[in-house]
Amino acid sequence: MSDLDALRREALAAVASASELSEIEALRVQYLGKKGAITGQLKTLGQLPEADRPGAGALINQVKTEVDAAIHARWETQAAIAEAAKVQASAIDVTLPGRGLQRGALHPVSLVLERVEQFFHSVGFESVVGPEIEDDYHNFEALNLPAHHPARAMHDTFYLTDSLLLRTHTSPVQVRTMETREPPFRIICPGKTYRVDPPDPSHLPMFHQVEGLMVDEHCSFADLKGMITEFLRVFFERDDLKVRFRPSYFPFTEPSAEVDVQCVHCLGSGHCRVCSSTGWLEVMGSGMVHPSVLEMSGIDSEKYLGFAFGMGPERLAMLRYGVSDMRHFVENDLRFLEQFQ
Amino acid sequence: MKFSEQWLREWVNPPLSTQALVSQITMAGLEVDGVEPAAAILSQVVVGEILSAEPHPNADKLKVCTVSIGTDRHQVVCGAPNARPGIKVPFALVGAKLDEFKIKKAKLRGVESFGMLCSERELGLSENHEGLMELADDAPVGADISGYLQLDDSIIEVDLTPNRSDCLGIIGLARETGLMNNLDVCMPDIQPIAAAHNDQVAVHLAALDGCPRFVGRVVRDVDLTAATPLWLTEKLRRSGIRSIDPVVDVTNYIMLELNQPMHAYDLNRLTGDITVRQSTEGEQLTLLNGSQTTLTAGTLLITDASGPIGMAGIMGGASTAVQSDTRDIYLEAAFFTPIAIAGRARAYGMHTDAGHRFERGVDYQGQERAMERATQLLLLIAGGRPGPLVDTVSEADLPQPIEVRLRAARVARVLGMVIDDADIENILKRLEFEFDLDPNSEDRAWLVQSPSHRFDINIEADLIEEISRIIGYEALPVTQPVASLSMLESTETQSSVRQVKQRLIDRGYSEAINYSFVDSDLQQRLLPDVTAVALKNPLSSEMSVMRTTLVGGLLKALVHNQNRQQTNVRLFEVGLVFHQQDQGALSFDAIAQREQLALVLSGQRFPEGWANAADLVDFFDLKGDLEALLGEQGLTFQADEIGGLQAGQSARILKDNVPLGQIGLLEASVADQFDLRAPAYVAEIDLSLALRQHVPQVQEVSKYPGVRRDIAILVARSVTATALRSVIEMSAGDALLHLKLFDVYMGKGIDPNQKSVGLGLTFQHPSRTLTDDEINTAMAEVVQALGSQLQAQLR
Repeated sequence: MSDLDALRREALAAVASASELSEIEALRVQYLGKKGAITGQLKTLGQLPEADRPGAGALINQVKTEVDAAIHARWETQAAIAEAAKVQASAIDVTLPGRGLQRGALHPVSLVLERVEQFFHSVGFESVVGPEIEDDYHNFEALNLPAHHPARAMHDTFYLTDSLLLRTHTSPVQVRTMETREPPFRIICPGKTYRVDPPDPSHLPMFHQVEGLMVDEHCSFADLKGMITEFLRVFFERDDLKVRFRPSYFPFTEPSAEVDVQCVHCLGSGHCRVCSSTGWLEVMGSGMVHPSVLEMSGIDSEKYLGFAFGMGPERLAMLRYGVSDMRHFVENDLRFLEQFQ
Repeated sequence: MKFSEQWLREWVNPPLSTQALVSQITMAGLEVDGVEPAAAILSQVVVGEILSAEPHPNADKLKVCTVSIGTDRHQVVCGAPNARPGIKVPFALVGAKLDEFKIKKAKLRGVESFGMLCSERELGLSENHEGLMELADDAPVGADISGYLQLDDSIIEVDLTPNRSDCLGIIGLARETGLMNNLDVCMPDIQPIAAAHNDQVAVHLAALDGCPRFVGRVVRDVDLTAATPLWLTEKLRRSGIRSIDPVVDVTNYIMLELNQPMHAYDLNRLTGDITVRQSTEGEQLTLLNGSQTTLTAGTLLITDASGPIGMAGIMGGASTAVQSDTRDIYLEAAFFTPIAIAGRARAYGMHTDAGHRFERGVDYQGQERAMERATQLLLLIAGGRPGPLVDTVSEADLPQPIEVRLRAARVARVLGMVIDDADIENILKRLEFEFDLDPNSEDRAWLVQSPSHRFDINIEADLIEEISRIIGYEALPVTQPVASLSMLESTETQSSVRQVKQRLIDRGYSEAINYSFVDSDLQQRLLPDVTAVALKNPLSSEMSVMRTTLVGGLLKALVHNQNRQQTNVRLFEVGLVFHQQDQGALSFDAIAQREQLALVLSGQRFPEGWANAADLVDFFDLKGDLEALLGEQGLTFQADEIGGLQAGQSARILKDNVPLGQIGLLEASVADQFDLRAPAYVAEIDLSLALRQHVPQVQEVSKYPGVRRDIAILVARSVTATALRSVIEMSAGDALLHLKLFDVYMGKGIDPNQKSVGLGLTFQHPSRTLTDDEINTAMAEVVQALGSQLQAQLR
């Protein structure tokens, strides 16, 4: 039996000093395998007297169990260490940049248009677009701007022929809508517009407008004030934004109003290059649709009233995103555009 | 229009600060563009009297003057030619500040000088620096010059909208200010002037729709050398008009004050009667400014026996102009109708203050008043003997007052607020409108007539605007519109432009916006076969025709970026292109305006980075983007030769067999034209077709296992993937689920005319497991078909 004890101590010592998993597996085979040393001890039982066999067998099994447990424990420990080492070896620098493409960016003018449209969609306005090459009738005549009207001087126009031109505003889309639809309707018309202005920090010969039009039996100047005020507060994300309506003149609306907002840069506090220290920024034109404009498009101006408004997305983008020069909008410099990611 | 605040306050003086006045004017609808001081702030500049002016002992051109300021006398060295005893001039004392320049005690050529005698330029009043500014004889010696010259004034510039021509004169601004403040306006005293002789010029009105009234007067023996007094030239200066001579100054003054443009002729240069008539094509006229004009028909003219002597209401002619030796003049104050003047000046490339007023409308009852006032001032300044005022008029052709019906209920409906009847009537009264209750109306309504100075009141809405303006927009309520809910249309068979843009943005593209007008030559290189529409008045040759393709703009944007070290470029643009449909006359219907989407791709596939390969992009990057954008279902690419694109790397794009656009590598010669530095891949498609999408119809997913078999074949290089696919799909039987083309190899180890293609076929049956035999049979069919139809061999 002293052999068994020696064998036990030898096995436990070997297990305790084995570190590689393959070594531990080899020890399991060496001691506990079918031909293993401890397993071999069981085969010697037959040489013992019958009466001693149960006791000796129990002892051997006890050793076998003990060594097995030791091997198992050692395996677990070493396996965990090996796993930890493997994990450690595969650790990466998670601060390195990711692989592949960067996202592109929506043009800031589109970004503004999208926000404007979203707001008006949420209150039932439908987006409508129209041609950019227009005829004189839809761009001017139908909007109460007959030939030689002095207000035409404010619309320095690109002409293709005597009667074909690049639209100077998106209002002809409203005319085309009024011609073809029965009121009531609410539309919002985004698009490109053109005027003969050489590019400089505050002018482009091509720019955008977005105009809205509501025609219904009940819609008043007070409603126009309400809708525009709310829109501007939503757009600039300022619940207390001051909005001012100032009498003005457009041939296609009456009464007409310019809409000013409190300077979003200085908040009306004084010396400010954005608002020239006036505290106000002109952001859009608006008014009640002129009865003649309704009538020319076949809408009964006694039954229906309408309000219309129009604004420049470039102007809004400049105010909202701090763009200082209109020309950035057509240069398509990626260093500019990618800031809108 | 610019005007002096003091001038306005002479007419009506509300108890408001300049700032409050400006704000009130703005909120009345006359937008103030700017306010500036009438002169720099001058301190210690006073009225000085030159008592003596002796020659300087050491300098020929200098004088040593003794100047009195009442209490004290000062010695001043002065170089002005007009320095002489007895005149009163502005005198800057030692310590005074002129602009940024401080007056100090000085020694000039050995003589001490205490202060400076000033010219107009030195006070910042004009550019006149010919000599000292001579003040009136009664100027109080020692008085502060700012106070004496009333320099403590503001110049207010209003940006008037075209409907408010009545405010292009002090008379209108004063009316407006008066009514906003409920104050009476104080007009200058204008009395008829008795004739000193009976000389007249006969006037014939031969174009009554253009000129129904012409008021004239002869004034003899006018002294053109007389100096226009400072109070008048200062008012002109503050309105931005230079003083010329008494006659021009007076006519300009009347225009600014009473809003009536006038003209003066040299009486002795007129020949015979004056006739106002329309021009005939080709008539010649030399204008005051010296320009020789060939007239088109339909220009209103002032003529005499010699022919045209002026473009009515715009500019006078040279032949009858008042000159330095003129003694006798003929003054004109006419009413020219807006319709006769509108657009004419612009058509001749001119803009004049007179034309600006007439085309917007002047008071058709204001001509006599203006003539009397002008005569009064002229006699005061330059003397002369007036003839009778002659009013040649066709009353029937003057604008007729319009009676406009104003309904209280309509006012409330448009403004969203009930306005008291009394308030409405009060506003109409303040506006000088005449009105009566409409006797035939059951509801409250008025019949309103606007005064002759308002040209913008023709319909009820015009009156409602006036009422709202006078009440103040700020006083009107703020409400939200109430309307019936109607749903917006929404379709799944069409994706939105926004979705398309977002897909591209997610794949690394940024959105570009380019001008719709482009360089004609460059565009021709890209799309030689399409006729572009040209602008009649382009800004430059680089912006002369409408774009027929979006690619040109994107290439310019690409170059812009390449030139600024941005070489990895992915850009897209959505916008209209303009194609002339036929070669006939250009009309609205002959121009197709189509919304397109274009993409440009250049540089490396991925941004530079430790984990990214540095490969350059190729055709298949762009194609992959289009597949992702458009969906692969029904999408095909057909190799084709396309203008501007490199042969062998260009294709037509079709969706469900409908042509959508093209894709390819930009041809090297075109790239050179655009100064591109790296290969660029471009694609352009018709957006409306591209937006179409299939509504998914689901196929049941089989629960039986799929089996994949891979083969490699050798086939001629010219055999396309589409050809392989179609042969395989025809021969593999119904169980073929999908086909992957996983490898293409050309080069070492195989015939240079051939390529090796790796194909993976996956078979699956919807309702049972396929047997090996079935798959083997299908594969044998495929190999056989590839062999017989495409001469492909198994590798």
